Amino acid sequence: MDATDAGIPVATVYTQDDVAAGLAERLGAPGAPPFTRGPYPSMYRGRLWTMRQFAGFGSAEDANARFRFLLERGQTALSVAFDLPTQLGYDSADPVARAEVGRVGVAIDTAEDMVDLFAGIPLGEISVNFTINATAPIILAMYLVAAERQGVAHADLAGTLQNDILKEFLARKTFIYPPAPSIRLSCDVIDYASSALPRFNPISITGYHAREAGCDAVQELALTMASAIAYSEALVARGLAFDAFAPRLSFHFATTMDLFEEVAKLRAARRLWYRIATERFDAADPASGRLRFFSGNSGTTLTAQQPLNNIVRSTIQCLGAVLGGAQSIHVMGYDEAYEIPSEEAVTLSLRTQQIVALESGVARTADPLAGSYFVEALTDELEARAGALLAELDAAGGATAAIERGIPQRWIAESAYRLERELANGERPRVGVNVHVTEDAEPLGEMFAPDPSVAERHAARTGERVAARNAATCAAATDAVAAAARDGGNVMPPLLEAARAGATLGELADVFRSAFGEFREPRPW
Amino acid sequence: MSPTRVLLAKPGLDGHDRGIKVVAMALRDAGAEVVYLGLRRTPEEIWRAAVDEDADVVGISVLSGAHLALTEDLLAERARLGAATPVVVGGTIPAEDAEALRALGVEAVHPVGSRLTDVVASVLALGERRTA
Repeated sequence: MDATDAGIPVATVYTQDDVAAGLAERLGAPGAPPFTRGPYPSMYRGRLWTMRQFAGFGSAEDANARFRFLLERGQTALSVAFDLPTQLGYDSADPVARAEVGRVGVAIDTAEDMVDLFAGIPLGEISVNFTINATAPIILAMYLVAAERQGVAHADLAGTLQNDILKEFLARKTFIYPPAPSIRLSCDVIDYASSALPRFNPISITGYHAREAGCDAVQELALTMASAIAYSEALVARGLAFDAFAPRLSFHFATTMDLFEEVAKLRAARRLWYRIATERFDAADPASGRLRFFSGNSGTTLTAQQPLNNIVRSTIQCLGAVLGGAQSIHVMGYDEAYEIPSEEAVTLSLRTQQIVALESGVARTADPLAGSYFVEALTDELEARAGALLAELDAAGGATAAIERGIPQRWIAESAYRLERELANGERPRVGVNVHVTEDAEPLGEMFAPDPSVAERHAARTGERVAARNAATCAAATDAVAAAARDGGNVMPPLLEAARAGATLGELADVFRSAFGEFREPRPW
Repeated sequence: MSPTRVLLAKPGLDGHDRGIKVVAMALRDAGAEVVYLGLRRTPEEIWRAAVDEDADVVGISVLSGAHLALTEDLLAERARLGAATPVVVGGTIPAEDAEALRALGVEAVHPVGSRLTDVVASVLALGERRTA
């Protein structure tokens, strides 16, 4: 009762005495440095946030049908979920992939699959988010081929590639190669996009997964900033000017249940990044220090017990993201403790966003909580605590070194365990779980039913496509990727040629496996 | 009585390891000796470690929906080795799949939403039954 989720003490009442002097300078105007109040002057009055439900399963056609379903119901952008084999560089025919094809996302083997995935969806008009990391350069190349087939110029494409490999080692765990070559591949994409894809965000620097894995809001902020610094340093070391890539860096935060702490966190994030951009990297372009972010609701706050309660939880989290100034939002399905969301559940998630946007009135004015004694005091406190933790990560050698040593992974695991004990002993209330518990199972609507034939169907089709391609052209293109991987050239131009020539995701990932080796996580204890 | 020895691992490609690490820490606090093998472990690796570590219980966690196929593979390897070590499965497991897993020969299933204390008690009881 007397502290936030991250353990920051909360007083019964806040007054102006709780807000340090100099608030006007710490706030600025919306759309102006230090961007505490939001990245754009008119915020949602000018344009609503992008409603972007994360979706994908089965084959490209299955996922395409779900995309159209969402667009027909008023979704304004797409967000692609890939299956684990695609995320880890295995084709659907690979024995390792068998049980997982099309399960947590769509299965993509070739550029032709990407063409099918977006059939009838105009890529010049809709922005697309890709939750893909270790295989991000390959997936981007295949997406560029799909755009070419639609006659859309690369330069006109809008969207976001997650491409944040550091947080894979930290929390999300779909790494393939060791950290150094993995970061190099991420940077190849950012470097390439800085000239070829001016409307595209080539990375989404993500605190979300560390938060979902168990860390608190302060740690989420510090880890995200430490990662952003690590990528920026790597890109500057390659000879890029900070202002050449920083305006296209995007971010991704969780929005969980502690409403005011989450809003304060998101406001503090913008101020932290502005200070880092200007103080550490001497940004001259104000857009380099203007943090834009995607907010995902927290799946770990949702419960298997009394699943309809999750709709209420997600509504509060969506509101937190909006009050925190998100550019795009995903709302979880209420049935996600059981399965990937049903059509009914995903429609409700989208409707949640639409009701918050159109009925609640919160979109009328920029940063409506500015000047609240409590929210400003909390924003300052989160900024200060995250800054102190960032200094610890700096002292440990930065994000990459700290992650290699397992330091933040231990914070995350310990914090997850602490939370579970608090839930078990009732210290932390969760309705339906440890308070207001009912014995009877609550009704759940019709659940999503996975198609068991997808692995076989998809592997067979890839086999046909591989048989139909020009083998010599494809082999030469794949060799060019290997040469770039080995010699340090940017892998994107040869990957694009290889995708056009029909090389498969598994083949291209194997090229990098041969060049870089595979990473095996050390045991945590 | 010697402490229960528990071998935990994530089979398949799924990287969601929050739950299994929490269970590992809770079992350790309850007096068990826990070895967590980590991610993407094959049935062969899991049973080799179970033998090497003289495990009383083997626990896996799957949140990708692939629990049925992955568990079948794990149990096939157990049968091939003639081992009898009980297997516990946790993860995103719908009720009918929990039944299916028990029918396959899994000794206990703990889907998302299980109480941590229940998971610990169940694993320790399986270990005791075996060492008794």
